[in-house]
Amino acid sequence: MWEQILDLNGVLRGYGPSIFSGALVTIQLGISSLILSLALGLAGATAKLSNSRFLRSVATLYTTLIRGVPDLVMMMLVYFGGQVLINQFTDWLYERYEIDIFINVDQFVAGVVAIGFIFGAYMTETFRGAFLAVDKGQLEAAKAYGMRPWQCFSRVMLPQMIRHALPGLGNNWLVMLKTTALVSVIGLSDMVRLASEAARAEHDPFRFFIPVVIVYLMLTAVSEWLINKANQRYSVGVIKAGD
Amino acid sequence: MEWLAPLLEGNNIFTVSTMNEYWKGLVNTLQLVLLSLVVGGLLAIPLALARSYGKPWLNGPVWFFTYVFRGTPLIVQLYIIYYGSSFTLQDTFLWPVFKEAFYPALIAFALNTAAYTTEILRGAIQQTPRGEIEAAKAYGMSQARLVQRIVLPSAFRRALPAYSNEVIFMLHASAVASTVTILDLTGAAYLVYSRFYAPFEAFIFVALVYLCVTFAIIGLFRALEKRLLAHLHAAT
Repeated sequence: MWEQILDLNGVLRGYGPSIFSGALVTIQLGISSLILSLALGLAGATAKLSNSRFLRSVATLYTTLIRGVPDLVMMMLVYFGGQVLINQFTDWLYERYEIDIFINVDQFVAGVVAIGFIFGAYMTETFRGAFLAVDKGQLEAAKAYGMRPWQCFSRVMLPQMIRHALPGLGNNWLVMLKTTALVSVIGLSDMVRLASEAARAEHDPFRFFIPVVIVYLMLTAVSEWLINKANQRYSVGVIKAGD
Repeated sequence: MEWLAPLLEGNNIFTVSTMNEYWKGLVNTLQLVLLSLVVGGLLAIPLALARSYGKPWLNGPVWFFTYVFRGTPLIVQLYIIYYGSSFTLQDTFLWPVFKEAFYPALIAFALNTAAYTTEILRGAIQQTPRGEIEAAKAYGMSQARLVQRIVLPSAFRRALPAYSNEVIFMLHASAVASTVTILDLTGAAYLVYSRFYAPFEAFIFVALVYLCVTFAIIGLFRALEKRLLAHLHAAT
């Protein structure tokens, strides 16, 4: 019954369930990368605004280098390079301790690491701007109350900076969702890879790619709706200029 | 490339033939990106005008075009056009042109950048100061002349910073061309990787090449902005 529905009543020639399972992979990949990039972005923004010159220059190097290199190259570097590094590590383990194991780099993990790392750089810029937009006096007041750094962050900075970060964050998410399609190149069976395999087997690219296009547009539309909702929620109590 | 030989002596991976692959890749990438930007940019001007001034029957389809092309991954657009043309045009007179992956890739990239550029230009057109338009009207300019002389020149200038981002985005996005048999920079890096099984050398080198091209583009646009937006800076 479900198979029938996912196959759009035979239009997808039996490939429907597999293409839609690819859509789930796309969503999982997007959300996992989002979490990693948010963590890296917060760390990066904190480093960029810190007093340590060393941390500042490391963060600047990170954002400059990452934003100058194509996503696909980063992904290949992480995937193929990661495999070589792990092979060297397991060789070393064998020589040193005679532990014989073989670890394969998982395409999903490689994809999450590469995408998370790339968008961590964009998130760094977004969060840096948002932190700067919060009035300095707020933080000083929090310190004067004797709050610890973590309390300052979670009780004072975070609730106020979210509003400034949301537009950039939403934008990054929409771009990231599309970037996940690149994992099909390193062999992860996401929606794009499954559709192109079906297209080649059935000699009919349009039949399989148009559903993929529609799923991406739907994901974009849902994301835009959610971002809008969040924007409304976090802007409560702020009067827009001109209202 | 013979002059490179003494420089690369004793190097196992970066031989003259490897450098030749990278060089050809660089040429292919730049060609593809430049041509797509020119075609896409030329398409974007009428489309942006249609978005800003068109009647609903014109504005609607253009909106749909930009929404679809900006809402889906470039690699999907490339696959649709590449595989689509190979399965539909095989028996037509167009086939000699479409047989090579270069043209499907050029079409996909040009349409993609046209969609983004259209929205950038539309935003710039909408931000035209009211006073400028009123002054032009007071001079008795017709709508067409007003757009040609007042709106477009100042919109181009306002669009410049956002457009430089789009150019860099296009450069980086062009890496997907390597997935449809085009030997661009990324394709060359993959070739070198698989020949020597040396991922770090192959991909870090190509990353540095992309980085240099990116910085060159940023520098170019900075110079252009300095020149074209000079009248907007405070006199020093």
